[in-house]
Amino acid sequence: MCGIVGLYLKNPELRGELGALFSPMLIEMSGRGPDSAGIAVYRGEEEGAAKVVAYHPDLDFGWQALAGELADALGAPVSATQVANHAILAGGASPMVLRDAVFAQSAGVRVMSAGRSLEIYKDIGLPKDVLQRFLVQGMAGSHAVGHTRMATESAVSTEGAHPFNTGDDLCLVHNGSLSNHNGLREWLATHKGIPFQTDNDSEVAAAYLTWRLSEGANLAEALEAALVDLDGFYTFAIGTKDGFAVLRDPIACKPAVMAETDDWVAMASEFRALAGLPGIETATVWEPRPATVYAWGRA
Amino acid sequence: MTKPAPHLRESHLFDRAAIHEIQRAANEGIYRIRGFGAKRAVPHFDDLVFLGASMSRYPLEGYRERCDTDVVLGSRFAKKPLHLQIPITIAGMSFGSLSARAKEALGRGANEVGTSTTTGDGGMTDEERGHSNQLVYQLLPSRYGMNPDHLRKADAIEVVVGQGAKPGGGGMLLGQKITKRVAEMRTLPEDIDQRSACRHPDWTGPDDLEIKIEELRELTGWEKPIYVKVGATRTYYDTLLAVKSGADVVVVDGMQGGTAATQECFIEHVGIPTLPAVRLAADALKELGVHRRGVQLIVSGGIRTGADVAKAIALGADAVSIGTAALIALGDNRPDLEDEYEKIGTAAGFYEDWQAGNDPAGITTQNPELEKRLDPVKAGHRLANYLRVLTLEAQTLARACGKSHIHHLEPEDLQALTIEAAAMARVPLAGTGWIPGQGF
Amino acid sequence: MDAIDLATTTTRDLNARLQAEAPRSNAAYEVLHPGGRHALACGLTAPIAVTLRGHVGYYCAGMNQNATVTVEGNAGVGVAENMMSGLVRVKGDASQSAGATGHGGLLVIEGSASARCGISMKGIDIVVKGSVGHNSAFMAQAGRLVVCGDAEDGLGDSLYEAVIYVAGKTGKLGADCEEQEMTEDDRKTVAELLARAGLTGDPASFRRFGSARQLYNFKIDNVGSY
Repeated sequence: MCGIVGLYLKNPELRGELGALFSPMLIEMSGRGPDSAGIAVYRGEEEGAAKVVAYHPDLDFGWQALAGELADALGAPVSATQVANHAILAGGASPMVLRDAVFAQSAGVRVMSAGRSLEIYKDIGLPKDVLQRFLVQGMAGSHAVGHTRMATESAVSTEGAHPFNTGDDLCLVHNGSLSNHNGLREWLATHKGIPFQTDNDSEVAAAYLTWRLSEGANLAEALEAALVDLDGFYTFAIGTKDGFAVLRDPIACKPAVMAETDDWVAMASEFRALAGLPGIETATVWEPRPATVYAWGRA
Repeated sequence: MTKPAPHLRESHLFDRAAIHEIQRAANEGIYRIRGFGAKRAVPHFDDLVFLGASMSRYPLEGYRERCDTDVVLGSRFAKKPLHLQIPITIAGMSFGSLSARAKEALGRGANEVGTSTTTGDGGMTDEERGHSNQLVYQLLPSRYGMNPDHLRKADAIEVVVGQGAKPGGGGMLLGQKITKRVAEMRTLPEDIDQRSACRHPDWTGPDDLEIKIEELRELTGWEKPIYVKVGATRTYYDTLLAVKSGADVVVVDGMQGGTAATQECFIEHVGIPTLPAVRLAADALKELGVHRRGVQLIVSGGIRTGADVAKAIALGADAVSIGTAALIALGDNRPDLEDEYEKIGTAAGFYEDWQAGNDPAGITTQNPELEKRLDPVKAGHRLANYLRVLTLEAQTLARACGKSHIHHLEPEDLQALTIEAAAMARVPLAGTGWIPGQGF
Repeated sequence: MDAIDLATTTTRDLNARLQAEAPRSNAAYEVLHPGGRHALACGLTAPIAVTLRGHVGYYCAGMNQNATVTVEGNAGVGVAENMMSGLVRVKGDASQSAGATGHGGLLVIEGSASARCGISMKGIDIVVKGSVGHNSAFMAQAGRLVVCGDAEDGLGDSLYEAVIYVAGKTGKLGADCEEQEMTEDDRKTVAELLARAGLTGDPASFRRFGSARQLYNFKIDNVGSY
């Protein structure tokens, strides 16, 4: 069980403050999720580089050496920038090619995200500590999706934290509890070749969307299909390259609140996470309806 | 019953009971609803034994050398935790499923020995509050009779997520027990079959439960301990989540836990037994560093004897709760009512149709003629006797293990007689040093 | 009117102060910067007036007795849950389970309510100027729900004896909920509830919904509804 938040900045002038606006939202949801926290930030797409954010528990891990090995494997330059126990690896023809190359390196490195603007940082610990560890407060970018976790049926671990990266620049956070994910996981792993890193039900939801998208569905179609194929209780917030989407299951017991002004669109599990946003006093505030896909962004 | 001829062979799968049930279902077109708990054999505390005194461990003298049994519930956040003199409480049972006299008797008996009773799915009666010095008030999905004045009069609040007999099921009370008084308390029409919600109306999940618990504390000035009760299913995770959502006390009810009425298939086939559940709950509390250090564990479901009490505590419970056993102590299934039981198609020792409301002993009924048969003062005293025996038995076993307080019992004081019990309780199989799944 | 600013006051201190009012007190309070916090003004017992200037979180005015609580904004989950008496007014929208299990009193929502408005209500009256979300009045046992706007699917699912009046559209009705005749008494009831709520509306434009009472005793033919 958890808290989820999302913020999309419509006004480009606010983009320098993304991290500053987003951090208090996540911290406000600490009660709902004291075990671990994660942030998906969308930034730097102007540079156009393929990037993978990877994780290794050892702070002295040789990221530069890994970057060198990846460069050799891909025949293209790859840079590594360490941030606490994560690192941004950039280079290569495409995010998936880079991701697969990282997977092929056995050195205990886990992939957190792959894309051209998406970066996912997640770790165990209180939200305020996780945000500090990854220097989120100072980040600039267009939008962010975040999650505070209270683990239900799987372990509290870095990998088990949300957001889960699905396809290029796509990520998912989940508040709720699925009931048919085990069978789905088995089928997706065995027959669709999707790699799983955890026992987490949310990772299955993310993988399901990846699969649907890879078969040619657009995001809205994939989410409509999820309403049929996924069973359980959920509010999903999905980050895309251009914005974010929200979906609640048909019974809609898990909470979700949205707010919008001319400058931004935001969502959260509880209103109090939105209470500090500039202009909230006059924002339009509403609740997304069950079994309805909502999407915001440039496309 | 005449015995069948010796050459006739009964099927193990399709035995007489199974055949009878199929035929009944074919006749009536409805699932079997009954009371009582699971009747089939599952691994339980009988499969564990204590290691008493030996060359290396020395016993305490009975009577002269103390073996204390007191327990404090709700020390974590509440301003007024409960102080019980014995580690056995009376579990939640509703007025409606039980007669008013039965509820009064439970209160009297609990008072006599210094322990608590619990309301059930129907709210708090004046008799109950009047006769019980320590009363735990349940917050159930139905919210029948929920009243802030009662909340404030209670000594503790128990948020019920589920119970062992039917984890995932709501309350059930059939029309024959919905008398005028019951109907009024529950805001229902008389004589209908009550349908109950299985989820709480205003929260779902531990993240929202945390907020609900905050409200309950605000409603009662942060005075009263908050319990969270679950039927035993994913007990390890449930305990972690209960603690994370703010519970002061976690209550785990194994699948053997009784009920006044639910579907037989629910009773027998959902939930794990109390034996593994205690261990799982204790593991979770230990992992969080709050076991015997902040959050208490109450365990129920098939507690019958002082040996059961002592073993549950040894495996990690701070206290146990009794439901079925308490009713039996009051007089349920009494042999001297044999003729009455026969008239309603059953026999003393077998009677389980608590949902029908025709209890000859006057306990699980709303029929005033039957209820009259229960003398609440005498019945209360019988319950007190039984609770004393449970306590003395548990103390006897604890002293034999050299413990000056019953809470000093630990898993290492136990060994198992079967492989299942060894695996579930994580104690060695007697004589082997082997714990299945853990090695030696 | 006493002002309490939640920017510098804890929820506990707010509630302790409001809950300490003497049984016959008519004190009036305004609460500033509620900021979506939970359990504000819950457990009140005295006939005081509390106005919260902003949006509130879950369980505002929970288990209210006698007090008049006004939310000048939106309310989170379970506003006025289990209210026993008094008046709670939400000027904005209400989230899920508004008035859940309420036993008495009046809850007025001037905006719209989301899912499960009046779930398991046990005598409370709820008047909604806007619309209500799905499964409203689920298992509603007693009391009246008046909806000036529309009601989404599942209205009155598993209804007992509560009565629902809707002026706008209804979706698919819940199990055992049926449209019933609007009598003169019903129109009077609607008029009275609208008046108490301080809202206008033409009672003749409302339709009445109540229990078909087919699920009151189990019959195997109804198994599809279970």
